[in-house]
Amino acid sequence: MAMTDQEILTGLGEIIDEVAGVPADQVTPDKTFVDDLDIDSLSMVEIAVAAQDKFGVEIPDDQLKDLKTVQDVIDYVRRSSVSA
Amino acid sequence: MRLTEGSAGARVLAFGGYQPANVVTNDDLAATVDTNDEWIRSRVGIASRRIAGPDETVADMAVAAGGKALAASGLSPGDIDLVIVATCTPEVQIPNTAATVARRLGIAAPGAYDMNAACAGFCYAMANAADAVRAGSAGNVLVIGSEKLSQWIDWTDRSTCIIFADGAGAAVVGPADAAEAGIGPVVWGSAGDMADKIYIPDRDSFIIQEGQAVFRWATTALHPVAKQACARAGVDPTELAAFVPHQANLRIVEAIARKIGAPQALVADDIVTAGNTSSASIPLALSRMLERGELPSGAPVLLLGFGAGICYAGQVITVP
Repeated sequence: MAMTDQEILTGLGEIIDEVAGVPADQVTPDKTFVDDLDIDSLSMVEIAVAAQDKFGVEIPDDQLKDLKTVQDVIDYVRRSSVSA
Repeated sequence: MRLTEGSAGARVLAFGGYQPANVVTNDDLAATVDTNDEWIRSRVGIASRRIAGPDETVADMAVAAGGKALAASGLSPGDIDLVIVATCTPEVQIPNTAATVARRLGIAAPGAYDMNAACAGFCYAMANAADAVRAGSAGNVLVIGSEKLSQWIDWTDRSTCIIFADGAGAAVVGPADAAEAGIGPVVWGSAGDMADKIYIPDRDSFIIQEGQAVFRWATTALHPVAKQACARAGVDPTELAAFVPHQANLRIVEAIARKIGAPQALVADDIVTAGNTSSASIPLALSRMLERGELPSGAPVLLLGFGAGICYAGQVITVP
């Protein structure tokens, strides 16, 4: 079943709160992980692992570096869950 | 053919640790490579590490740690009939380290071998030692993890030189009644398909590590191994006094600790001042925790080694 952007954003906010301690209300689509949310490459791996559990979408390490904003992850999850 | 009869169980009689004198801080490293204290602390959790002197060898450190463990055990050198040195960084491949270490400790003609399971080495060696005591192949075993990673590091590679360090840790393993058995069943395995994630390309090269891939594997694949080691020992994670995993990276340590369901357990964080010392990290951490009086005698502790290969092993032990 396809998820809406809002559903993915809500789930992502919960993950980022848990992994990096960033309050979910600060996780908005335009934010960049590194500069705005202060999330480093290892936390991105943890987010990818948690996203796989939550959304059933695998985000390999070589794709992670291209996901710079929250919207990038939303797009990635939506595209992957549709094709899956 | 007659078979030997061993002991019903095996236990650790004593631990010992050794760190080289030379302290290298994050600021020291920042003076030579593009990094800084805040970055290193936040990524790997290390504040300082110890680096061996140019003439200080893997055997020297093994003798120092092994001698301490032997003295603390109350046994004499003649009581030891097997010496196992877990190491992946000996200066040379021939001769092995274990026979030299045994001779220098005054242990006459024991079985002596080196064993390479990288950062999982100590847990593998501990399992070998317990099995040898139970099978009757050995009476008391000296198990040592000793590493001089500094000689396999490219000191211009900021992704590895901030992590790896030198040191040694040791344990004396001896017989125990089944009722007081102090070394639980090992759960071990490997993932050879990930051999290229931590490796040294050839004898003129240095350690190369794919940090993100190792981090993902360690934070997802290992907590089931840890839980299985508890289950096989019949110890619920909520009963553990401590969790002492290989000190790879504080964030890996904490991520695994969160997932094993042992919120009461003390989690070893020796990496903060020891760095990643591969096979030495677990006995070094344990010997320091025991020195500080953090673990009561007989307390159940979960050990979990993991590293290059990829190899991993975990077991529950009770501390002396």
